[in-house]
Amino acid sequence: MAENVYILGINMTKFGKHADKDVVDLGAEAAMAALADAGVTMREMGILAAGNLMNAGAGFGQRLQKQIGQTGIPVYNVANACATGATALRTVIMAVKSGEVDYGLAVGVEKLAGAGLLGGGGSAKKDGKVWEPSGRFGAVAPTDGRIGTDAMPGTFAQVGMEYGHKYGGASFELFAKISEKNHAHSVLNPLAAYSKRFTLEEIMGDMMIAYPNTRPMCSANCDGGAAAVVVSESKLRTLSLEQQRRAIKISASVLTTDPYEEACQVLPNVNTLTRNAAKIAYEQAGVGPEDLNLVELHDCFATAELVHYDNLMLCPEGGAVDFFNSGAPWRDGSTPVNVSGGLQSKGHPISATGIANIWEVCHHLRGEAGPRQIEGAKVGLAHVIGLGSACGVHILEKSAA
Amino acid sequence: MTDTAAAPAQVPLVDYLVLGDRPHLVAHQCTSCGARFFDRRNACAGCFGTSFEPAEVATEGEVRAFTIVTFAAPGVPVPFVSAIVDCGGTSVRGNIINTEPDPEHVKLGMQVRLATFSLGTDDNGTEAIGFGFEPA
Repeated sequence: MAENVYILGINMTKFGKHADKDVVDLGAEAAMAALADAGVTMREMGILAAGNLMNAGAGFGQRLQKQIGQTGIPVYNVANACATGATALRTVIMAVKSGEVDYGLAVGVEKLAGAGLLGGGGSAKKDGKVWEPSGRFGAVAPTDGRIGTDAMPGTFAQVGMEYGHKYGGASFELFAKISEKNHAHSVLNPLAAYSKRFTLEEIMGDMMIAYPNTRPMCSANCDGGAAAVVVSESKLRTLSLEQQRRAIKISASVLTTDPYEEACQVLPNVNTLTRNAAKIAYEQAGVGPEDLNLVELHDCFATAELVHYDNLMLCPEGGAVDFFNSGAPWRDGSTPVNVSGGLQSKGHPISATGIANIWEVCHHLRGEAGPRQIEGAKVGLAHVIGLGSACGVHILEKSAA
Repeated sequence: MTDTAAAPAQVPLVDYLVLGDRPHLVAHQCTSCGARFFDRRNACAGCFGTSFEPAEVATEGEVRAFTIVTFAAPGVPVPFVSAIVDCGGTSVRGNIINTEPDPEHVKLGMQVRLATFSLGTDDNGTEAIGFGFEPA
């Protein structure tokens, strides 16, 4: 019988600009705070999984150990695009669930402030040029901008537009309203990189990046770290009543990739792998979308949030526009979505994101979210997508203890 | 010694663009399940079959998704319209060209056809040719 697993401690740093801290400092800050929150030390940890996508070859996990405690435990340095943090957490969960270790630590950190556009570009041709085919498509020149877009804002714009083409009703204004919601939510989140409310007119009138995504409709590049301590149920039962009370049950932990479908070679399909992950997660947890008190989903762009209402089955198939227009995903609605402010306001320090969204859900389930608390929250879902693609879905439940 | 006279007059931007009187795209088609790929595969991503044959992609299609990119990486001219075009069941990525890059001229569901454009001539006098889709 596989072990039930719990989040014993969890933390996210303030997201934003941390010019005076490097990734090890930020990771150490989150990890030390998660250990303190759990009431344990590095001594108890049986495994460390760590992610820092922008320097994935640099052995971030080992560097972190040297900063906070070298005990000789195995380190898994993971890289899985924007799902890196969720992948680190899932790695630790698998180790604890298997019974190999009682405790594990997952850490994700990124420094992205001022990083600009991600994806796209390509090396410019030198002067004195000769058209010479290279790469998998025998291209004689960079294809970004000549054969569609490689950059994230346009890619996810197309994802939202495709949904609009299939089901209708997805206008520029609708996408801007989704962004309006998340920025409004962010005002209550002191850890968000940006906590400023925008009017719909301000959002629609801002600088266009890739139609229909204007600048405030894009996730904010910023610095940040997040970490979580995972514990087995059998070990948890030996800990203090306070630790048991604050522990959050991981009712489902799922990671998927994109199965083959026509068109996935020209536009990444972020839908099917999310739907697959959600289906497995609901089954593992024995809950349905209607049971969720809050959802943190991967709104890397306003256009992405819309499709994930549908993919996570928060609405009937094809009903995402109606779901949004009903007011359901606002914090006072029937299924609050991204009450943290989402990636558009809170920020998206890539590897931290997949643990920070779990921190947000845990914060509410523990009843510790202060002014932005979703009252009586018992069950929540956290979702991330990394292009390429990888999808992580976790369902979390308030401890019965 | 380079014999510039022997260089072809035109070269396609990518190897899956076939130039000539009737420019079109060509895909590697899995002989088992019919899945099409613009790059080489060792096995089909759909059915794991290992045999492929060239397949000509329809040159007319419908815009299934688009974005108008106004902010891009350095060196990428903006604005441009990136689109996913359903060409008779094969999805193709390309720019919408020969029309204004704004939401009044580019619409979801619009009918388009393949068109080519010049990227310029290199030091050997070879012209590179790209493709896009224009309103049909």
